[in-house]
Amino acid sequence: MSDAHDTPPRPGVRDTLQRLMPKLVLSPTFLAAVFFLYGFILWTIWLSLTRSTLLPNNVWAGLAQYRYLFGNGIWWTSLINLGIFGTLYIGLSMAIGLFLAILLDQRIRGEGIFRAIYLYPMALSLIVTGVAWKWMLNPGLGLEKLVHDLGFTHFSFDWLINPKMAIYTVVVAAVWQSSGFVMALFLAGLRGVDDSVIKAAMIDGASLPRIYWSVIIPSLRPSFFSALILLTGLAIKSFDLIMAMTGGGPGFSTYLPANFMYDFAFQRGQIALGAASAVMMLVAVGLLVGPFILLESRRKSDV
Amino acid sequence: MSERDHSVHSHTPRAARIGIYAILVFAALFYLTPLYVIVITSLKSLQEVHLGNLLSLPLRPTFDAWREAWSSACSGATCQGVQVYFWNSVHLVIPAVLISTAFGAVNGYVLTKWRFRGSDLFFSLLLIGTFIPFQMILLPMAWVLGKIHLENTIAGLVMVHVIYGLAFTTLFFRNFYVTIPNELVKAAMIDGAGFFTIFWRILLPVSTPIFMVTIIWQFTQIWNDFLFGVVFTSGAIHPITVALNNLVNTSTGVRRYNVDMAAALIAALPTLLVYLIAGKYFVRGLTAGSVKG
Repeated sequence: MSDAHDTPPRPGVRDTLQRLMPKLVLSPTFLAAVFFLYGFILWTIWLSLTRSTLLPNNVWAGLAQYRYLFGNGIWWTSLINLGIFGTLYIGLSMAIGLFLAILLDQRIRGEGIFRAIYLYPMALSLIVTGVAWKWMLNPGLGLEKLVHDLGFTHFSFDWLINPKMAIYTVVVAAVWQSSGFVMALFLAGLRGVDDSVIKAAMIDGASLPRIYWSVIIPSLRPSFFSALILLTGLAIKSFDLIMAMTGGGPGFSTYLPANFMYDFAFQRGQIALGAASAVMMLVAVGLLVGPFILLESRRKSDV
Repeated sequence: MSERDHSVHSHTPRAARIGIYAILVFAALFYLTPLYVIVITSLKSLQEVHLGNLLSLPLRPTFDAWREAWSSACSGATCQGVQVYFWNSVHLVIPAVLISTAFGAVNGYVLTKWRFRGSDLFFSLLLIGTFIPFQMILLPMAWVLGKIHLENTIAGLVMVHVIYGLAFTTLFFRNFYVTIPNELVKAAMIDGAGFFTIFWRILLPVSTPIFMVTIIWQFTQIWNDFLFGVVFTSGAIHPITVALNNLVNTSTGVRRYNVDMAAALIAALPTLLVYLIAGKYFVRGLTAGSVKG
């Protein structure tokens, strides 16, 4: 280790400066983390315990905002939507990502091109993705018209404006955006699988699907966890795609917690309630993502 | 990702291989279709948009929709196209990427070559910053920006992006510099080289790949950001993503889908170009950003 303490302290301004330099260089980031990250988190928690409305104030309200939040129908709609959206988004992205990664791992000619095509949506803004899918699913001129032109004139497709189905259109767009990325994670994992284990299984006469199911896929555990942690975080924070595709509508039928937070904190002048919803989002990330991170870091330190 | 030559694959029967290629091509079409639809719709006149369908090629391709999207389409109350907002994003992304990357580089250098008591703990605490929902910082940040008179300015938005990009840029450089042998640094110290000389002469010359990864990651993140843009700016200061959303979801008048698609392409082009030119680094950033620490 080349730690700063290892060098014996010598007198002189220049040496002192040299010794302090590492800490000096790190200090802006340190201060930013203390104030803008951890300070702001505490600040938001504090706001959620006040009666702040259009402007922040310090009038103590206890847990009143949380009671109000969980008595609010739109918040419950957001939570249920997050449940539906999150489950389908994570499940489908993982399934499609793993499937494509396994297929791509079969010594495919043009693998690089396929990979590039599957992954490019990740380079796009979710607003662009939302705008594109909104147009494609446009009732009347989008998919519906296309199928009519193919001769199926009774086909109708109104999911985008149907309060019961609109959330599923968002799932489709979100899976389109990130499944290629999950594919890349799994492919990197597949390339790291120890060949000798596979060869041993083959000598034992195991079939290819069997080898994948009982040898290769279980060894993808780290990739699996990375993808799960990442997708869960993305799902809970989802905001842009909803704004571009449905604006939360029809009605509140596609509201997610992030839309609720933005709406109440910045549009309706209910700062404390917005802060309370943000705190619940943090709690959700902590509860859903935290255990995986702990589990993985413990496993890593065991090795 | 290196090619692996396991013999598993040579045993796959021919029919199965054709099936595999068919599925891969079908999947490729699924991912490419939205891009194809955006491009051809943007090249149609509004009349053709209504006459044809999603997949039909434009009979008389025209750049009219592009011209309108760039300089005269209405977003909210103003009708000056997306060009103003495009340049806003350019003015935002350049300083924000450079500053956050520079800090990330020296932070990574300190956290690997000049470790001190508490530096590892600090890094762990910083990493948590990559998981926090940004909703937790929006309200205090809006208040602070108001207090320091940076509300609704590009400079204020640059500051926000720099601060919340630091965790990522530091992570990238830290994980890269950890692989560079400490002996090199030690030898230079014995020769009497100082803090910045060592960074300049030993670390920087080998840092090109990680600079590429970090710059591309930050560029993509900041260009594509919507949340900070919509919360901290209004009107003429909006970045391109917010302007695009306003343009497409402005409820007045006849929907001009061709103009919407042209505007979407304009917003997408910078990051798409970066992906085409330097996709390798983009993917590396994605996987490095996900396998934290």
